[in-house]
Amino acid sequence: MSLLFFYIFAAIAIAGALGMVLNTRNTVSAALSLVLTMVALGGVYVLLGAYLIGALQILVYAGAILVLFLFVVMLLNLRQEAFSPQRQLATKIAAALIGLLVLVQFLVLIHGAFGTPAAIPEDFGGYRQVGTVLFTDYVLAFEATSLLLLAAMVGAVILAKRKID
Amino acid sequence: MLIVIIKLLFIILVIMAAFLPIITWVERKQSAVMQDRVGANRADIFGIRILGLFHPIADVLKLFTKEDFVPDGAHRVLHLLAPVIAMVPAIMAMAVIPYGGVYRFGDLELNLVVADIDWGMLYIFAVGSLATYGAVLAGWASNNNWSLLGAMRASSQMISYEVTMGLAVVGVFMVYGTLRLPEMAIFQDQTFRLLGFVELLGLVQTLPVWLDWIRLPMWGIFLQPLGFLLFLTCIMAENKRPPFDAPEGESEIVSGYHLEYSGMRFGLFYTSEFLEIPVIGMIVTTLFLGGWAIPFLSQETVIGVATPLFGEGLATAFCMALHVGTFLLKVIFMIWLQILIRWTLPRFRYDQIMDLCWKMILPLSIANILVTGAVVLFIRGLQ
Amino acid sequence: MVPIEHAIALSGILFAIGTVGAITRRNLIVVLMSIELMLNAVNVALVAFSRLWGNLDGQIFVLMVIVVAAAEVAVGLGIVISLFRNRESVNVEDVSLLKW
Repeated sequence: MSLLFFYIFAAIAIAGALGMVLNTRNTVSAALSLVLTMVALGGVYVLLGAYLIGALQILVYAGAILVLFLFVVMLLNLRQEAFSPQRQLATKIAAALIGLLVLVQFLVLIHGAFGTPAAIPEDFGGYRQVGTVLFTDYVLAFEATSLLLLAAMVGAVILAKRKID
Repeated sequence: MLIVIIKLLFIILVIMAAFLPIITWVERKQSAVMQDRVGANRADIFGIRILGLFHPIADVLKLFTKEDFVPDGAHRVLHLLAPVIAMVPAIMAMAVIPYGGVYRFGDLELNLVVADIDWGMLYIFAVGSLATYGAVLAGWASNNNWSLLGAMRASSQMISYEVTMGLAVVGVFMVYGTLRLPEMAIFQDQTFRLLGFVELLGLVQTLPVWLDWIRLPMWGIFLQPLGFLLFLTCIMAENKRPPFDAPEGESEIVSGYHLEYSGMRFGLFYTSEFLEIPVIGMIVTTLFLGGWAIPFLSQETVIGVATPLFGEGLATAFCMALHVGTFLLKVIFMIWLQILIRWTLPRFRYDQIMDLCWKMILPLSIANILVTGAVVLFIRGLQ
Repeated sequence: MVPIEHAIALSGILFAIGTVGAITRRNLIVVLMSIELMLNAVNVALVAFSRLWGNLDGQIFVLMVIVVAAAEVAVGLGIVISLFRNRESVNVEDVSLLKW
């Protein structure tokens, strides 16, 4: 049953990603396809046993980061983009080749490379375990990310100001 | 599986189908009583008026029969989808809220919550953050400047208050020690001595027995009063409930992102707004007002008293009915409180709303976390 | 029980789509979104491997990646807004002053 849900969520995620990349008419629709992908990936994380990460994916990514994208797209009120003729074909072929290379690399290399998943305790991926590991083993990384967020906040405010006074 | 469907049906039939029309009627009548007027009482069926209780039916009929149009140049799919996206998070949030405890009927263990998730409160936050898209898409898809303005206001207000909403309840999580909502309700089923801190600080060896009788139920509102006030403010602002309804300010931006919606599309927005009233009530009840717990009467006491009278199974069923009734009473109290706040306070200005969030509620909630953490560690160290 | 190979395959497919998007698209905002998609693909791989080895380090790394992505989006969109104010366009062709 959870296998069926995994395939459904994976299909929705890939469909959303394709909808975002292949959408040339409307940037808002592209952002909304990406929202669909994020929510589907949240479901994938929960199926893989990462409950805290799944909740945070929806809370942070789908609920805040993509709202920020939508905000900017709506504020800037962009028109549709026009492809210049000569660059179009070469770029598309190169991109398709690179994409195919990445895909083949993943699908060929991983075939039969893994053993069985390890046996995990009941509370694996829950907020208690992840929180304990985060605040004991990785507390330096945690504090460093708080500084990173402070720097990003200051940077974003300064960049978006009209006049620095 | 059948039991899950029955629990779902309880929520859908009681909260959505029964509460929702009555809440619209209560809003009208309570505001009328507060403003010393009669309120809506004209709708009748064959001349029988019963105080205007037919008005919700009249409202629904009106919304169904209005013209359903999409404005020129609007994005048709998003215009249709936005009210649905606004309504779904409100419904989904009801899935983890316990409206009863855990009852044993022979070898059947009945836990009156649809989904007993270990990270229940995180689920509510995650689902609530998706509600932003309803307002934003409605405003953008309408191809109207007023709507876009309302959408911008709505999105920044909702994202800001999500942050402080999460921080305001961290103190509650520290005190309860869990994010599971049924476990929080079970924790609040006990009472604590009001003067127990005297014994804890070592000032006296044991309290005299007659002072032991001064007890309070161990509800979140007594353990975290500041958290209750902050969370109530934040969740009302998150759901754009008046007095925080600048995004749909009727007098400023001509109804904001609701502008280009009529007929049943507006009906969905209307329903989602009035659905969020009991959902706010249910969340605040579970976190702060003791959930389904009867004050001063724990579940064992009630079952112990009722078993000689009714017999084992019937006593448990009686206790279950009492608990569900208590839960619904507390939700009704919260609904009354929200309508009272709505019709007392004038609408806040938009920059006042943002100032309140970032300059007043955020520092207060962080201070609440610090003080609560210190007190919890202190008490644990003393025990 | 989710087979880990399929989760890694999902990660690979999303990464490939993100790469194609980041290379091909002209709209700067869509390029940023493709980069976000690539970061999400990496997150899926990390969570899958964390599940495979039963080690929580992968999930901590995912938290760090989410935080870094949030910071990067904030600053990146700030740059896009400044760029738009100066040039009235978010086409990547229009910001090619350093191109030879």
